[in-house]
Amino acid sequence: MTRRQKRDLIRILAAGAFFAVAFFLPLSGWWRAIPFAIPYLIVGFPVLKSAFLSLIHGQWMNETFLMTVASLGAFVLGEFAEGVAVMLFSAVGELFESYAVGKSRNSVAELMTLCPDEATVLRNGAWITVSPDEIAVGETIRVLPGEKIPLDGVVMEGASSLDTRSLTGESLPRDIAVGDPAISGCVNLSGVLMLRVEKEFGESTASKILALVEDATANRAKTETFVASFARWYTPLVLILALFVGIVPPLVLGGWSEWIYRALEFLVVSCPCAVVISVPLTYFGGIGGASRKGILIKGSDRLEALAHADTVVFDKTGTLTRGVFEVTDVRGEDPEHVLEIAALCEQFSNHPIARSLREGWKGELSEERVSAFEETAGFGVSAVVDGQRYSVGNDRWMRMQGFVPMDTETVGTHIFVADAHRCFGVVTIADRLKENAVEALRSLRVLGVRRTVMLTGDSHRAAAGVAEECGVDSYKADLLPADKVLALKEVSDGAKGTVVFVGDGMNDAPVLASADVGVAMGAMGSDAAIEAADVVLMHDDLSALPVAVGVARKTRSIVLQNLVFSIGIKILVMILCATGVANMWYAVFADVGVSVLAILNAMRALSKKS
Amino acid sequence: MKKTFRIENLCCANCARKIEEGIKKIPGVIDAKIVFMTMKLNLEVEDGMLESVLIEAKKIAKKVEPDCEIPA
Repeated sequence: MTRRQKRDLIRILAAGAFFAVAFFLPLSGWWRAIPFAIPYLIVGFPVLKSAFLSLIHGQWMNETFLMTVASLGAFVLGEFAEGVAVMLFSAVGELFESYAVGKSRNSVAELMTLCPDEATVLRNGAWITVSPDEIAVGETIRVLPGEKIPLDGVVMEGASSLDTRSLTGESLPRDIAVGDPAISGCVNLSGVLMLRVEKEFGESTASKILALVEDATANRAKTETFVASFARWYTPLVLILALFVGIVPPLVLGGWSEWIYRALEFLVVSCPCAVVISVPLTYFGGIGGASRKGILIKGSDRLEALAHADTVVFDKTGTLTRGVFEVTDVRGEDPEHVLEIAALCEQFSNHPIARSLREGWKGELSEERVSAFEETAGFGVSAVVDGQRYSVGNDRWMRMQGFVPMDTETVGTHIFVADAHRCFGVVTIADRLKENAVEALRSLRVLGVRRTVMLTGDSHRAAAGVAEECGVDSYKADLLPADKVLALKEVSDGAKGTVVFVGDGMNDAPVLASADVGVAMGAMGSDAAIEAADVVLMHDDLSALPVAVGVARKTRSIVLQNLVFSIGIKILVMILCATGVANMWYAVFADVGVSVLAILNAMRALSKKS
Repeated sequence: MKKTFRIENLCCANCARKIEEGIKKIPGVIDAKIVFMTMKLNLEVEDGMLESVLIEAKKIAKKVEPDCEIPA
């Protein structure tokens, strides 16, 4: 609690005690005003003062002023307890509100501890401790085990493992050694690290993330704009109603004090604070909660768009698949021999496929066994291995040499192996699906995503295989990078809600930007992706996507609950007040009680569980 | 130009909204946003107007919520 909150609490407790005593004093009539006036002044003094100042400024349509009128009015009508209750409970509500707001602010601020306050830098041969923002690019910093890395850098000396949890939500430590990039915000776990600073403080990952989360709530959702206009009209409208209730019925029916009392009840209900605070608080909680799971959402508007996700479009390579080509299948009478020949023949080639073949072969490579190596770009290679002539390459390469390529059923790139007489084997090289791609797509569907689409620059055949394996509804293949924007537009035309595009942020910035919600994956350390995307998944893990959609949906439903609940109760209580069923206590509940409940509900958005 | 200020002693979200609306109407202000959750005022003003805008903004803040301060 802050000092101000403590002061308010003491005030409330003192007033509460006097209030309770006042109930039991054996006084009657106007004498009762005196014991009730004591708690009223104790708790209401700041409100009275503020009301007076507002009035001087000409701000009479102000909560403090309206509350003052309502409570003083209750006193004048002889309803002393009610008058005190209005002041006392609104103070309770305000204290609670400031405590709750402070609490969620702090839990987002926990994230802010990403940035350490100091860093140890090498200057003039000595290690000195300075504030990280005083360190320039190119300087050497030292990070001891247990310390947080203050600035982005590259390891010059030492090896260690890093806890990246606060950045990515990933609990497995990441090993780093000399030459590896070290990202600010990670905790150094085991060894001493010397880093060369690559980015200054403001440009480092940790500060960028903080700025992003802090500023996110400035990008307001439509609901928030709605709430702002609601608040603008609500108070004047209720005041007009109060005036109406206080004047018109008694003119006809008489009974002025009863009707004026009812009008005062309206004044108590006229504060829109419950609605106004609970909505941004919920979004703030949702964004803060998501960022602790390694999901950065760049605004309440994006969070809302994500909640309406109807279609999710995936880039194939690097997003659904790992983007690393591996040997997935070897066919032939002796598969081991087929792979051995392929790997041996390709050992002098720089082609990515050659690298995959070499990595796929578990045995030893030997340059002595191979001679007469020849490479024909776009086709394949030929070489003599152990005195025998072999050709390794694609189907066209086989045909060029008069061989019939073997039949293939597998998905991927096929590399055929032939000796001097015939083609005797085929190796399939393919990009593998990410481990949790299937699971992620299933979870999205459970969350209500209607359609999933895959876009790729690869051939239809390669696309069809991956599409079937991971379970996307449809795919578009053979797309040039520029075509992807058009393809996305086609998909968007058929969507009922928003269209989410998920890419690895490498070369799909235009697509990321043109989707309703652009999601960049595995963007730790990639500025371009953080810049272009609406949502950044810090860790290269597809399972964060359904989590993000889940958080967005949950946040959205809390916002709706709060809107309907708080506006509904206020209208209900106004009706009950106008008809004389409710008394001032109901009005106090509709003001403070609703506020407290809406805030408690809003706090759920911040919870760690998804 | 854009600049961010801290707002102190702002205790009500509805007041934040009112102050924001008031500041938006100051001549020279292109856009103004008060983020209640982070207690920040994001101000975008025409070049050279910042000082006069800030004086007005402080007045508006005081008017809506007497305790409210914008330390520049």
